[in-house]
Amino acid sequence: MTGRQAPVGDWTTDFDHTDPTWVRDPYPIWAELRAQCPVAHSERYGGTWLPTTHELVSEVAYDTEHFTSRAVVVDNLRPTELDLPAPIGLAPPITSDPPFHAMARRMLLPAFAPKKISSLEPMVRKLCGELLDATAGRSVFDAAVEYTQHIPVGVIVGMLGFPLEDADIFRRFITQVLEKVDLPSEERLDMFMQGEIEAYLNDQIEAHRAQPRDDLTSFLLEAEIDGNKLAIEHVRGTMILLMVAGIDTTWSAIGAALWHLGSHPDDRRRLASDASLWPTAIEEFLRAYAPVTMGRLVIEDFDFHGHRMRKDDWVLLPFPSANRDETVFRDADKILIDRQENRHAAFGLGIHRCLGSNLARMELTVALKEWMARYPDFELSDPEAVSWSGGQVRGPRNLPVRVLN
Amino acid sequence: MTAVKFKVTVDPDRCQGHNRCFAIAPEVFDVDDLGNAFVVGDGTVDGALGAKAQNAAANCPEYAITVTEFQG
Ligand code: HEM
Ligand code: SF4
Repeated sequence: MTGRQAPVGDWTTDFDHTDPTWVRDPYPIWAELRAQCPVAHSERYGGTWLPTTHELVSEVAYDTEHFTSRAVVVDNLRPTELDLPAPIGLAPPITSDPPFHAMARRMLLPAFAPKKISSLEPMVRKLCGELLDATAGRSVFDAAVEYTQHIPVGVIVGMLGFPLEDADIFRRFITQVLEKVDLPSEERLDMFMQGEIEAYLNDQIEAHRAQPRDDLTSFLLEAEIDGNKLAIEHVRGTMILLMVAGIDTTWSAIGAALWHLGSHPDDRRRLASDASLWPTAIEEFLRAYAPVTMGRLVIEDFDFHGHRMRKDDWVLLPFPSANRDETVFRDADKILIDRQENRHAAFGLGIHRCLGSNLARMELTVALKEWMARYPDFELSDPEAVSWSGGQVRGPRNLPVRVLN
Repeated sequence: MTAVKFKVTVDPDRCQGHNRCFAIAPEVFDVDDLGNAFVVGDGTVDGALGAKAQNAAANCPEYAITVTEFQG
């Protein structure tokens, strides 16, 4: 969250995704825009567009001819083509465009395919169990600080085969990179590229070179694109990408679902007494509280439904707003944990579909089931103290709960 | 004797591997090593499996699945 920008007066002409009102509750803003101004424009961040309906968000996500992923985090400095040559970009595949994108993505897909990911379930269950053990005996604690934030960090650090004690280092970096949108992007990248992180990753890579193991680091060292092994910068870049893309997103998704259960006792009791609801409930939490809004840059001047988009304009891609579109989801603002038809776009649409979606879904399921097995009865102990992250990933960063016998 | 049957297909150009279909109806769909979906066998199913396949189609974010009813 920033609070450094001027307050927003009119959402249709001056929106800002870091404004405190948006951060607290963006849904009414998006609903108003979907109804009245489905392609909003703001001068902020050097010129930003905001399509909000499911149809328009899909259209942008599918249109890689007019929109590049060269930069996906909207901030004050937009990288130039020289800084980040397309189609590879800084962190393939998320910053890549076709045709390179497919190669970078294909290389990673096997490590994140459904059957590969389900083998990690026991590891995640153990991690969640240990975190819950540490809360034993207390009636009030912060579930975001003590539970949800540790799960994705522990999982990715475990998958990469790094020592678990190092998880704190990564969480600090993630917060800095994703939530400080008003810092220049160079400064934020420097924190990764030249700081302690690079030396740390190099050490881990060396250790894995000397002694290969059955983990994601050794997988990356063995992986090939076009018959060539990856350069060490690419291996490091991929590790950083997996942390940046996989940690606060999943932390947010788990936290938002717990927030819902803590503030909706009926749904909590239904879920506690009927395990067959889990699959639809998980998808409904993902739909209704989708944490991730992506960004794109306009490739060249062109006309988008009567709007003059200019080269290098930003476009925000609010998948969470698409998921609340009444024309696609009946009772879109109602959370129905038994919703049968739910083609939500929480993990994006098109070629950049979240590479980690199978992992994220598994983590979310295990984390919530373990929680509910331990604490089927709980409530928010101080709803006013719940705080939500700003920027493009939305989830509770403070979530005080009270365990009821 | 004829009965209602369903022909299920996955369009590989649209499928992006969201894996909703395999999670909902593993009897009808499977996923390859990259996580992309394909139909089990020739994609012909009947009765309850047809309904499951239709539910999977209604949950595919990429509109990649078609389920067509026929008499067979
Ligand atoms: C609930 C948690 C998560 C959500 C909601 C989420 C959401 C998304 C979305 C919306 C995209 C699309 C990006 C775009 O269109 O530009 C994406 C891409 C991506 N995600 Fe996730 N994500 C989550 C968890 C993860 C995890 C756990 C990982 C890996 C450890 C991960 C890795 C990636 C990668 C590598 C991409 C880029 C894929 C590509 O460009 O081909 N995500 N994610
Ligand atoms: S749900 Fe759709 S996109 Fe996902 S794997 Fe199945 S067919 Fe592919």
